[in-house]
Amino acid sequence: MTIMILRNHLRFALLSAFLSAGMFLLLRGQGASSADDLVEGERLYQIHCAGCHGPKGEGGRGTVLATASLPRASTEGALFGVIARGIPGTEMLGARLDGQQIRQVAAWVRKLGQQPPTQIAGDARRGEQLYFGKGDCASCHMIRAQGGVSAPDLTEIGLRRGSEYLRKALLEPEADVPENFSQYRWHTVIPDNFLQVRVVTRDGRRITGSRLNEDPFSIQLRDLSGRIHSCSKSELAELRKDWGKSFMPSYRGVFSKEELDDVIAFLLSLRGAK
Amino acid sequence: MKTLVLLLLFTQVAVGQVSYERLLRPEAEPGNWLTYSGNYQGHRHSALKQINAANVARLRPAWIYQSRDPGKFSTSPIVVDGVLYITERPNIVTALDGRTGRPLWSYQRALPPDLRACCGAANRGLAILGDTLFLGTLDAHLVALDVRTGKLRWDVVVANYKIGYAITVAPLAVKDKVIVGVAGGEYGIRGLLDAYDAKTGARIWRFWTAPGPGEPGHETWEGESWKTGGASTWITGSYDPELNLIYWGTGNPGPDYDGDVRKGDNLYANSLVALDADTGKLKWHFQFTPHDVHDWDSCHVPVLLEGVAGGRKRKLVVEANRNGFYYALDRETGEFLSGVPFAKQTWAQGLDARGRPIRLPNTAPTPEGRVIYPGMHGGTNWFSPSYSPLTRLFYVAVREEGVTFYQAKQTYRAGEWFSAGGISGIAGVEPTGSIKALEVETSKLRWEFKLQSPPWAGLLSTAGGLVFGGSSEGFFFALDAGSGKSLWHFPTGGPIYANPISFLVEGKQYVTIAAGNALFAFALE
Repeated sequence: MTIMILRNHLRFALLSAFLSAGMFLLLRGQGASSADDLVEGERLYQIHCAGCHGPKGEGGRGTVLATASLPRASTEGALFGVIARGIPGTEMLGARLDGQQIRQVAAWVRKLGQQPPTQIAGDARRGEQLYFGKGDCASCHMIRAQGGVSAPDLTEIGLRRGSEYLRKALLEPEADVPENFSQYRWHTVIPDNFLQVRVVTRDGRRITGSRLNEDPFSIQLRDLSGRIHSCSKSELAELRKDWGKSFMPSYRGVFSKEELDDVIAFLLSLRGAK
Repeated sequence: MKTLVLLLLFTQVAVGQVSYERLLRPEAEPGNWLTYSGNYQGHRHSALKQINAANVARLRPAWIYQSRDPGKFSTSPIVVDGVLYITERPNIVTALDGRTGRPLWSYQRALPPDLRACCGAANRGLAILGDTLFLGTLDAHLVALDVRTGKLRWDVVVANYKIGYAITVAPLAVKDKVIVGVAGGEYGIRGLLDAYDAKTGARIWRFWTAPGPGEPGHETWEGESWKTGGASTWITGSYDPELNLIYWGTGNPGPDYDGDVRKGDNLYANSLVALDADTGKLKWHFQFTPHDVHDWDSCHVPVLLEGVAGGRKRKLVVEANRNGFYYALDRETGEFLSGVPFAKQTWAQGLDARGRPIRLPNTAPTPEGRVIYPGMHGGTNWFSPSYSPLTRLFYVAVREEGVTFYQAKQTYRAGEWFSAGGISGIAGVEPTGSIKALEVETSKLRWEFKLQSPPWAGLLSTAGGLVFGGSSEGFFFALDAGSGKSLWHFPTGGPIYANPISFLVEGKQYVTIAAGNALFAFALE
């Protein structure tokens, strides 16, 4: 048995070394992916990946890939390794693809999560002042772990969203409230969707907040002051979920057109923690 | 001394000897759990009642066994005379002391590095016959292990894993044979169900679920499409000793979402087949979803029971199907008796007099995507239902979840994923689920217990008036079998992708469930 395990470890180590060397050779000297690579990458993605990760990387059986950063694949080498070997202990299996194909799929996966930088007339520096000042955005939103917790983190918003999406979100916050339950289906973790929930306990207490988690027997909320409440469902007289609602106010009439451009320019400049 | 030696010898011979006669009469020994479903009829019901509705609030973890390999842990233990035999990922078999959860021995199979098993390295359990355990492996072998030590007795190839075959199903021991099916419906395999000699591993019969030229049903496949037609057999079937028939469900046709390349009904995909246990000959079949394009495998334990239909007593087989309908069939003939939706469905107007679905227009996947209920995972899935002969209710864990289905064009390449499309969730619609209790003949809903999210755990009913189930958030719970009222729950801390069982050691009843990466055994404090 021990010998068998050691043999497996040795095999894995050799495979890892082989793949690492392969990765090095593949990545070294490889420039940006060509248009043909992306076309082939998308084709291969639709065959090998879309069944779990969704045709647009929106997630499903697999995790969401249409995101600016992939926790298990922060570098190109790591992404190559994940595609080649899979992720032990999960349903992510290694793809039966050659090195060139893996590189093409990896290029497409990166593209799924990246919006090209958008040129906009606004001034990002003035936008930053509006964000923290007149707009008071930081009381709810967080950038690089600083700010409020009752609304989505904006650290990478410039990678995730384009200018028109952001403009609409500022003017009509409830036009598109992201509610992707794909991860929830498989990982039992409620996505970061800031669902508004209102509960009334049997003893008459009323709590309004964002849902942090939920199961058949309990629900956990964070109210606007940041306080966390854990409620047993059996002790609730009312539990109401306001789908499609947002705590965010509209900035129509608050920001002028120029100020709106400035804030959007600032948001587009937010492209990660580094 | 002589007496002691004789006693020891007797004990050694007696331990683990599970004859076919014992498998036929599990009701005579409710403290054991001898087959995947607890009996040949697929009931997953325990006659134990030490834990009951009056005292279940005092249920506490008695022991926890941590699996060595993290990931989806789906074992359904076999229990013989105080010893549990479980499977761990990827292909480990471990014997556990039922009183303490301490391992007694372990078998670990070396697997090839280029496996492509669909849906994770899961395994759902073992079969036992005599003093031998049977394991289906991810590289599509069937192996026989000595029940006392876990040492390998024989190892036979069922199919070629390099072209997508795998085995995750718990085999079924019948008479002197071991019945085993295969997974791989997303790799363009040609489905099969096999029987092997339990002593030697020699193959006795094979039933192709995608029939070849000259075989009945072959005409339901266009051109050569049967060769990659899927129709896997990845969930343990049931057996009627009187009729000598094995009932086994079959998976989706391949490729999953592009039906244009396999025109026809695609028999025997998405079906229940009734096979002669001695020869593997087809007695009858019933296809729940002809020409499936939504991946609605008939991956369910068929539940055998006696009931009244059409004004007379009949031998029934009932099944809540992934396509959203609950069916009752005559299990002697395969005659369709009734079928009604048990979960939200938007694809069929209903079923005709012969049980064939009357499809609504525009329900097939498209390149742009089309929303359909139930989703790809179905109204229910592989996890077991339960039938209690005491309440005469059929308990099923229900998934309420639609998805957007996409069709794509794909060329088959041996060993590659072959689904020709995909799915995505519906924005703004939170999937959910429930546990439902249905009257077996009428399918009338007796009660429903709401879940937060769609379940992946099976059910166990007990003579203690309880139904045990699990949630995807990791709660193991007990409901009143008559009313559905929640009586007890325990947060295991990990999602549940497994079926519960119950057993007795030294007069104490235990209930087990695999959750997260651990096997939990609960008993009264």
